[in-house]
Amino acid sequence: MDFQPSADRSMLAETLGRYLQKRYPVEVRHQISSSTAGWSPAHWRELADLGVLGGLVSESAGGFGGEGFDIAAIFEQLGRVIAVEPFLGTLMAARALALIGGHEALMGEVLTGSAMLAFAHEEPTSRYDLTSIRTSAKFDGTEWILTGTKAVVAHVEAADHVLVSARVSGTEGDQTGVGLFLVKRNAPGLSIQGYPLIDGGRAGDLHLVDTPSTLVAEAGYPVIEDAVAAGIVALSWEAVGIMDVTRMATLEYLRTRRQFGVPIGKFQALQHRMATVALEIEQARSAAINAANALQGDRIKRERSISAAKYTIGRAGTLVAEEAIQLHGGMGMTWELPVSHFAKRLTMIGHQLGDEDHHLARFIKLGEAV
Amino acid sequence: MDLDFTMEEEQFRAEVRAFLKAKLPARIADKVRTGKRLTKKDHEEWHAILHERGWLASHWPPEYGGPGWTTAQAHIFDEEVSLAYAPRVVPFGVSMLGPVLIKFGSSAQKKHWLPRILDGSDWWCQGYSEPGAGSDLASLKMSAVRQGSHYLVNGQKTWTTLAQYADMIFCLVRTSTEGKKQAGISFLLIDMKSPGVEVRPIITLEGEHEVNEVFFTNVRVPVENLVGEENMGWTYAKYLLTYERTSEARVGAATAALSFLKQIAQTEQKGGRPLAEDPLFAARIARVEIDLENMKTTNLRVLAGSGSSAAPLELSAMLKIRGTEIRQELASLARIALGPYAQPFVSEALDEDYQGAPIGPDYAAGIAAHYFNERKLSIFAGSNEVQREIITKVSLEL
Ligand SMILES: Cc1cc2nc3c(=O)[nH]c(=O)nc-3n(C[C@H](O)[C@H](O)[C@H](O)COP(=O)(O)OP(=O)(O)OC[C@H]3O[C@@H](n4cnc5c(N)ncnc54)[C@H](O)[C@@H]3O)c2cc1C
Repeated sequence: MDFQPSADRSMLAETLGRYLQKRYPVEVRHQISSSTAGWSPAHWRELADLGVLGGLVSESAGGFGGEGFDIAAIFEQLGRVIAVEPFLGTLMAARALALIGGHEALMGEVLTGSAMLAFAHEEPTSRYDLTSIRTSAKFDGTEWILTGTKAVVAHVEAADHVLVSARVSGTEGDQTGVGLFLVKRNAPGLSIQGYPLIDGGRAGDLHLVDTPSTLVAEAGYPVIEDAVAAGIVALSWEAVGIMDVTRMATLEYLRTRRQFGVPIGKFQALQHRMATVALEIEQARSAAINAANALQGDRIKRERSISAAKYTIGRAGTLVAEEAIQLHGGMGMTWELPVSHFAKRLTMIGHQLGDEDHHLARFIKLGEAV
Repeated sequence: MDLDFTMEEEQFRAEVRAFLKAKLPARIADKVRTGKRLTKKDHEEWHAILHERGWLASHWPPEYGGPGWTTAQAHIFDEEVSLAYAPRVVPFGVSMLGPVLIKFGSSAQKKHWLPRILDGSDWWCQGYSEPGAGSDLASLKMSAVRQGSHYLVNGQKTWTTLAQYADMIFCLVRTSTEGKKQAGISFLLIDMKSPGVEVRPIITLEGEHEVNEVFFTNVRVPVENLVGEENMGWTYAKYLLTYERTSEARVGAATAALSFLKQIAQTEQKGGRPLAEDPLFAARIARVEIDLENMKTTNLRVLAGSGSSAAPLELSAMLKIRGTEIRQELASLARIALGPYAQPFVSEALDEDYQGAPIGPDYAAGIAAHYFNERKLSIFAGSNEVQREIITKVSLEL
């Protein structure tokens, strides 16, 4: 057993970390977040030049990473600066295309940062259930046309191509009959209701009415599940990055804020709270390691580790966020304090790709299958 | 023991309901229900409606304009106004300063200020906390030096809720640095329009302007505005805090929030069924509902036992802790119930005249912001850690 990251991964994490720490301080992050686009094409190009995007997918698809621990290394650093860039959608869509194979040209453009992808799977009523797909796909004799709505699609406005899941056959709840399609951003019948998110990110609802598309996989469900698993590894590590920074900032506050003539860190009630926070973060890190490790493995084992991680991250994330605000007192309630933004992002990670309850139930169900 | 309300009390409930039906503007109730932004005018409008009926200052003695209700009536009223989604009466004048003036104010002060609180002439805010004096309130520094017929006031208050609307602020100020720090504090009423008062906004984490910093530079305050005796302010402040904490039980508000949560859980779907039927989510709702039922009785026991709305210290601490925990949990469950639609947040969508299409379900707009805003409940009015310290000290007799 070896818990040290490989040299390549350490280097990627270090390069990215150095860039973000220097170029992406919280003021810059707020500026980008409040811009109309909600992300920074300039940073995106530079990060592509640094090779960060290549870390998201495997060699066979033109990248040099794509394993659980590659994704972990990248998203942990993104979490440490609460970056609002379109990494999650890019990861999931690119991974799905890589798995399906055969989209070299598009992939090339994506990895150099010249084309943007989004991953549009969840729907307004699907509530994290990956099989709950109502968007329909019909072949009209010459092409596939899609009709339906996709919910809260991260950075969908930024995308040149959206990877959309839709029902080719069967009914809502079936794993079979879910296809994957590429839709061009300017395709007829496509409209987007874009909006800012409470954690500073940006997303939109994607409406499709008889929108022409290209079929990329007819039996798409296993691909979707794999892409979402990778997305959950990413979110878990983003959360780990956020939690580490949040904890350090809170400890620093406990050392410096004085009340009753002493630093508030002297109060045992608060010491024990921080001990619990530390413990929960280490447990969450272990869950994230398990998930990253399982990403390449056998399906049931992979999915159980993924659900275990997302459940753990959801629970620990809320705890860490709430404690950070509470222990900062009134300061914790302010926009001015970076910790409050870390806390918001951490909480909202719980609303992406399945919450605690969803993954707890899923973990139980997957266990029954073993 | 008889926990049922009497027939007269139920009649009173019917009377309150009829009043709310006739008088509470639907426009305002709708905003409260859906977590929209209330304007200063909305607050003033509801304040005036309650005042007209004589039901504004529910816990003031009748000779000062209170309705003379029993504890049970006050409880029923609180429950009904909350369930009807009436706004909470801004507490600073009516619930905080009023009782202090009634107990410790001079007759001239009572005569001048109490009617103005009732008719809404003065919007009050609370100037207790300072940058260096939060939980350790007694270490406050803002100074008031007597110079003939006025005090000269210098210093800063912070976290002052809605100071941007206020005409007046009641402050704890330091009038002496001798002896124990609690011993040199006085309770002073200051006109916000006085030269030398400056209000600067603090934006909260979800982007609202609800609190402020207030700076005082050589502000002259007439000595008539000193409440009670000089250097005795700590006693008055503590008296006020027991009101503040007990009122933070907010049983009515929690009951309304629970009913709203249940509506959401019926509407949201999970696996083709209402979310309310999901065993995990149903258990979450049940836990908080049980907690709330228990607290209702705790609250009534405390109120019945103390015969007024100022409860003994450790009991008011318990109500503050559990009351705020329950409301935080309810806000948290509403957020969780929304699933992915907790994420979108368009601040303007909380304004009355917003024309944009709703994002996701039409009740979703303010829910996540409300959850984050409600984190304040366990911080203000004496943080829940400080409340636990109080319970411990009283029970250990340390
Ligand atoms: C939204 C909001 C509105 C407010 N409105 C008003 C207002 O209108 N007027 C007003 O005067 N004030 C107001 N306050 C201020 C509020 O009362 C203070 O924030 C509160 O007293 C805590 O003080 P602090 O923020 O300085 O935190 P600190 O006292 O610095 O506390 C930081 C942390 O240390 C903990 N702590 C402190 N002492 C101890 C101890 N002895 N043992 C264990 N833990 C401890 C606290 O619980 C907290 O977790 C408001 C605050 C907020 C957030």
